[in-house]
Amino acid sequence: MKHFWTILSHEIRMLLVNPATYIAAVLFLGVMGVIFSWIVEQYSGSAQEYSPAVLFFTLFWVPVCFMVPLFTMKCLAEERRLGTLETLLTTSVTTTEVVLGKFFASYFLYCALWASTGAYFYLLRHFSDDVRFLDPASIVGGYTFIAVSGLFFVSIGVFTSSLTRSQPVAGICSCALLLVLTLGTNILHDTEMLSTVTVLHPLRDAVDYAHVFQHLDDFCRGVVDTRELLFYLSGTVLALIFSVLGIEARLLHS
Amino acid sequence: MPVADIATAPAIEVSHLVKTYSGVTAVNDISFTVARGEIIGFLGPNGAGKSTTMRILTGYLPATSGSVNLCGLPVATQPDDVKRLIGYMPENNPLPEDMRVIEYLYYRGRLKEVPRRKLGPRLDEILELCDLKRVRHRLIGKLSKGYRQRVGIAEAVLAEPPVIIMDEPTIGLDPHQILIVRDLIASLRGRMTVLISSHILPEIEVTCDRVLIINGGRVVAQGTPAELRRDILGHSTYRIDVAGDIAALPALLAGIEPTLKITETAETAADGFCALTLTTGSNDELGETLLRALTAKNFRVRALSRAHPTLEDVFLAATKRSWDVKDVPAPKRAVK
Repeated sequence: MKHFWTILSHEIRMLLVNPATYIAAVLFLGVMGVIFSWIVEQYSGSAQEYSPAVLFFTLFWVPVCFMVPLFTMKCLAEERRLGTLETLLTTSVTTTEVVLGKFFASYFLYCALWASTGAYFYLLRHFSDDVRFLDPASIVGGYTFIAVSGLFFVSIGVFTSSLTRSQPVAGICSCALLLVLTLGTNILHDTEMLSTVTVLHPLRDAVDYAHVFQHLDDFCRGVVDTRELLFYLSGTVLALIFSVLGIEARLLHS
Repeated sequence: MPVADIATAPAIEVSHLVKTYSGVTAVNDISFTVARGEIIGFLGPNGAGKSTTMRILTGYLPATSGSVNLCGLPVATQPDDVKRLIGYMPENNPLPEDMRVIEYLYYRGRLKEVPRRKLGPRLDEILELCDLKRVRHRLIGKLSKGYRQRVGIAEAVLAEPPVIIMDEPTIGLDPHQILIVRDLIASLRGRMTVLISSHILPEIEVTCDRVLIINGGRVVAQGTPAELRRDILGHSTYRIDVAGDIAALPALLAGIEPTLKITETAETAADGFCALTLTTGSNDELGETLLRALTAKNFRVRALSRAHPTLEDVFLAATKRSWDVKDVPAPKRAVK
């Protein structure tokens, strides 16, 4: 793993000097800011069941499904399109190092963007002077969920980027996969048929296990279930292994 | 393999290399050896298997069968060690568009495990060598083709590997830049083993010690340009402007050298001179003998020259010959 740090620092550097990163960051913070101010408006109107932080994190799927594909679609697809992957892999760098370097650079950006939303809570607290608005436990839980689930979401983006030379194809694929994983499991979970038809019970169990919104709820309540951690970590490892295999299979059959 | 063997083994040893993908045989039983410090030219028409062979040499693609050793190390089982011995510039020289020249070379130097301490002076040296000092802070995407090629070459020689493999390094360059690249490659002679593929044949002839011509995945000829001329073409050509009794000439020529024949006769000009092309299987210099014999028989000679076949002629002859050898016709495609 000698080259991992070289690739990671290079990728992070390239992200930081790329104007597209800042455009994405501004869009992300803009959208999240609008969502946050809408939430605060709701709370100022009438009393609500949950704390504003919980509602804010419930909308995590909006940036996940649209921002993650945007900044991961480039990582491997672009290298393949330009042919620079060939120059990279003809040094003593392994495919695993390349994939891990790209993955952690994207994950760094993902975490940095989410971390900057912490400013909203700070501003709210600063100007409202009302601690009831802010429940530190759910904020910490929410951010932990974002950090843990982010591993899996970003790895899905990296995986789809390893499958194709075309950035738009990679972006659309990861957007679709992420929508299925977040909203898809939520819709399936609410489907009555899964509980009424006995044959579908294994599917119901699987959907329960992968129900991302339920995981968020648990984290926000301060419940850190190792099964959920295992779900995200094993999913991440699997997606990254498939990314490595995706690149190597292309080399074998190119 | 002991260290001593690694230091003395030939730079590149390819034996019975075969590469097939999806039913197509791109490389078909290629064998060749390249000595240390040699500059070797890799010639072949498009689709001959040049790039595939080069990619296998670098360990980027696995071979279907056969063995490839670089400096005594087998590429198939020790790809990581082999990659440290190679500087490779792929076809079309892919470079990241959004990096500056110096940043890119620094990054590549780190990946090639050049110690941080040595990297700075080495970068200065390489920028000087490749004449890139003026553009060191420019974005690669905004460089002209010539500069991009030089960045690719600089990257290949950066870590001073014993073997440099370059796939068409001079493609798309103007004559002035070709000259610079040629000098650059020539400056590596003796220190590094260089394998270059090119379509520009005079270029190969000037730069390379030895030439390897491949066609249809097979080696069809190899040797120094002079050897190839002799082996492939097998004849020398003379051009002569002569006035006199042309009809008596064949007998006179047969007297000088039995294989010397007239192959082309131009129309006789108003002043009585006629341009002839003579060929002979002999490689000896016949110019002086010919001149003496002709003047002794009262022929008037205005010009006499020995034509030097270019590598282009050799290349065309070698690749044509290999096509002639292939007697199996291509399978007809089914009409939908």
